[in-house]
Amino acid sequence: QTLLQHSSGQEKVSQPRWEPQPRARLMTALTFSSKCGIVSIQDNRISIWSVGDLGNTGLNGEYHGEPHLLCDIQHNGDVMDMQFLDQERIVVASSTGTVTIFRHHQNNQTLSADHRWAKAHYHVDQDTSCGGAACTGVVCNNPEIVTVGEDGRINLFRADQKDAVRTIDNADSSTLHAVTFLRTTEILTVNSIGQLKIWDLRQQRNEPSQIFSLAGDRVPLHCVDRHPNQQHIVATGGQDGMLSIWDIRQGTMPVSLLNAHEAEMWEVHFHPSDPDHLFTCSEDGSLWHWDTSANVSEKPSFLHQGGRSTAYLSHSTMNQSVVSAWLSNDPTKDRMEITNLIPNQTLSVNSLDVLGPCLVYGTDAEAIYVNRQLFA
Amino acid sequence: MNLQFFKQLSECLICSTCTGDGAPSSSRVFVVRRDQDIYIHTLRKLFNESHGIFMGLQRSEEELAGKSRKAQLVQVSKNYRSVIRACMEDMHQAAALKLGPAFLQVSILSAMELIWNLCEILFVEAATAGPLLLRLLDWVRLHVCDVDSMVREVLSSESPSKHKLFWNVVDVFVLQGRMDEARHLLSKEASANPASMNMYKILDDFMKKMPVPSLGNTQTLTELELKWQHWHEECQRYLQDGTFASNPHMESICKILLGDEDAILEKKELMTTWYHFLVTRLLYSHPTVKPMELRFYAQSSMDLFLGGESSPEPLDMILMAAFEFEMHQVIKECSIVLSNWWFVAHLTDLLDHCKLLQSHNLYFGSNMREFLLLEYASGLFSHHSLWQLGVDYFDHCPEYGRVYLELHIERIPLSTEQKALKVLRICEQRQMHEQVRSICKIMAMKALRNNRLGSALSWSIRAKDAAFATLISDRFLKDYCEKGCFSDLDLIDNLGPSMLLSDRLTFLGKYREFHRLYGEKRFAEAARLLLTLMTAHIAPCSFWMTLLTDALPLLEQKEVIFSAEQTYELMRCLEDLTAGNPDKQKFQDDDVETTKVEMLRLALARNLARVIVKEGTVEGS
Repeated sequence: QTLLQHSSGQEKVSQPRWEPQPRARLMTALTFSSKCGIVSIQDNRISIWSVGDLGNTGLNGEYHGEPHLLCDIQHNGDVMDMQFLDQERIVVASSTGTVTIFRHHQNNQTLSADHRWAKAHYHVDQDTSCGGAACTGVVCNNPEIVTVGEDGRINLFRADQKDAVRTIDNADSSTLHAVTFLRTTEILTVNSIGQLKIWDLRQQRNEPSQIFSLAGDRVPLHCVDRHPNQQHIVATGGQDGMLSIWDIRQGTMPVSLLNAHEAEMWEVHFHPSDPDHLFTCSEDGSLWHWDTSANVSEKPSFLHQGGRSTAYLSHSTMNQSVVSAWLSNDPTKDRMEITNLIPNQTLSVNSLDVLGPCLVYGTDAEAIYVNRQLFA
Repeated sequence: MNLQFFKQLSECLICSTCTGDGAPSSSRVFVVRRDQDIYIHTLRKLFNESHGIFMGLQRSEEELAGKSRKAQLVQVSKNYRSVIRACMEDMHQAAALKLGPAFLQVSILSAMELIWNLCEILFVEAATAGPLLLRLLDWVRLHVCDVDSMVREVLSSESPSKHKLFWNVVDVFVLQGRMDEARHLLSKEASANPASMNMYKILDDFMKKMPVPSLGNTQTLTELELKWQHWHEECQRYLQDGTFASNPHMESICKILLGDEDAILEKKELMTTWYHFLVTRLLYSHPTVKPMELRFYAQSSMDLFLGGESSPEPLDMILMAAFEFEMHQVIKECSIVLSNWWFVAHLTDLLDHCKLLQSHNLYFGSNMREFLLLEYASGLFSHHSLWQLGVDYFDHCPEYGRVYLELHIERIPLSTEQKALKVLRICEQRQMHEQVRSICKIMAMKALRNNRLGSALSWSIRAKDAAFATLISDRFLKDYCEKGCFSDLDLIDNLGPSMLLSDRLTFLGKYREFHRLYGEKRFAEAARLLLTLMTAHIAPCSFWMTLLTDALPLLEQKEVIFSAEQTYELMRCLEDLTAGNPDKQKFQDDDVETTKVEMLRLALARNLARVIVKEGTVEGS
């Protein structure tokens, strides 16, 4: 049984994120930001909401409060991506090309802008450039922050330093849509010509150390995430809604291609503590929960409930001895449960975040949804 | 002063002023926005949630017949109303925090809910005689709240019957038909004042026994009327006997129970509105009123209540039109009075689903429902993020929706790639190919201007735009000619099947492959490729010279690479090239060009010589 709390916010929701919590605290704070206009009144805000005490649940695990707003702050431009740097600081990527660190002051529940890199992303020739370049992705590994943008640039910042530590100009000739850490010194980027690239930040040359690409059409890739425990397993989502699983130790093509959504897949996340579970959300308004944790049994090879598309598993390598269910290649043993978590889908689900048993996602219908019982 | 108006489709009127004689003066540009409401922060919840309800209604089962369909429609109506109420709640809170001009909005929303509720009772639910009265009573109780604070005050006081407003509260309860509550209060009075116990008992009895319509089918209308008639006569007798003569309050209550208009009118202040008066009148004089009879009572009630002192306000006229079952009039009046199309669009759509609106063919738009939805959705499109809701509304306007969508969607400002992708997805889902091409072209052009060739190519691929792909390839080739090397190798090396999008792109890919082969010292293959590029006419004519120049190092290799036949081909190409070139523009480059050509001719001749010898030689000797 899933419990959905629905709070209709007043802005388009992008990038809800769970605040990392230390073990002692039961309170979870749900961060979401509003994505609104440019021309008219400035009403873009970063807001911190509380969804209340996780411990305060009724007999059936029900919680009846609405998320309530703790504090918010003005933000210039649309929020393209957001990540927590540590307990208190949030890094936000803006459509104006600016990257800002906000600090959440827990004692008086306010937000303030700590630091800003104003022109992190821009198009080269300011005079003839046609519009600004949005910063499309940000990833943190305290104190390092890596950002990528529509200008094909990769920036490496440190939280305490005013200027960028390193900038790779023209790292990519197309737009970089997302970035994530592979190891502490290596990052993964995906771009709009269907390539997954590994960059080694220790090296001084401005070339990727490896390039992977999809076979067939160069469909743009929008999101990327790495398996929390097994660093060679990477998942990407594409413009055609396809979920690709890659093993970056071998080959330059994906291991599995799963036909998932009917439109752009905006985000993909492995569950941080339970990586047999994967979540994807899409422009088509659905949010899918991919579950490979089921035991091997005589049941048919794949089982899906609730989703509208069929799952298609294809395997391109045959000789592996990998344990992970994501890379498993035996069709009779594969068992993946795929569930669509949204009962009445209408507009796009732009973003999601997952922590423990809780899932939060935001839609273009300007609402945030919190699901507290993912694994019930 | 001259006023020039430039109307943009994005619903923004810009007018500039300047003096008539053209003399320089301070001119001002005014930006006038229509549909200001959509920018009101707190109303966005209304727009978003009602969009969900609207979509649910459009998708709902049409096959459900009769009662279940009606119940479904009533539920939809209730959902709309609860959204309005939720919005009012938010505004109240915002007003408490002093954020924005909420007060006016709250009263507007309140009026909207009032009207909607009445329309729900009369049109959607189409309550029949009997239940009609009960619904109207609920309606009044819900919406006439001016007396609530007084009621609370009296009820919470220590001895209510001593409170100076006690009888007012009792009257309120009686006027609103809240018999139990009235009786409860009266019992307090009776216990405090034993002298009136007798009167109280009689009155209490009457109030208890008063026949009211029931929701279930436990009694027919005729039965109810008979019972009521009987009760009324009994009550009349007691009044005439002077039972309540000693207590004017109770006497007045008795008169009200008997439906005495003057007695009821005396309590004007407690009723505050003529429609409250109407319902009270109906309760105590015509409880089995039929829907079609409402209009007469409504008109007379309003006249009696206003009494010629004040004239009806717009809200009054709208409610009157509803009581008269003039749906079109209701919609028309609401359209005039309200500043936003939200209310009329959704209400009309609901009424249309109830099959209540005959199609009035209007000049603009095929019928009223569609016209209103088109107007509402157009208003949404002028908002930077609510436009997505507008798309769905256009989808459900069968006649003009598509055209409107096509025009509006091209004008959405594409500030980020993500927004462009969303717009594109919408267009693709509706097979709006023109718009897809147009948007992709815009994005590709922007990317090209910013020197993001990979992005530009990605947009061309999405639109399957061969012409633009050619443009991009030309740009690459131009860069190559200027710099002598390729930029963005990660792109060109990984073109994949998209290479086939345009000939020029294919050439680019193959040309790069040639360079790679050369770099890997696979000369024979490189040579073959080079030749194919020219002979199969994949290469543009302008590039032939460059290709031939690229052939030079291959010709100069120690090892013979080109076969005789291939050499002949190359020579032919060279001749084709030089023959077709009148010397008009090459005066300056004359030296360089002629040198090049001569070097080529020499190299080709030498290669030919060598290869003839080689091929003529018998192997192994």
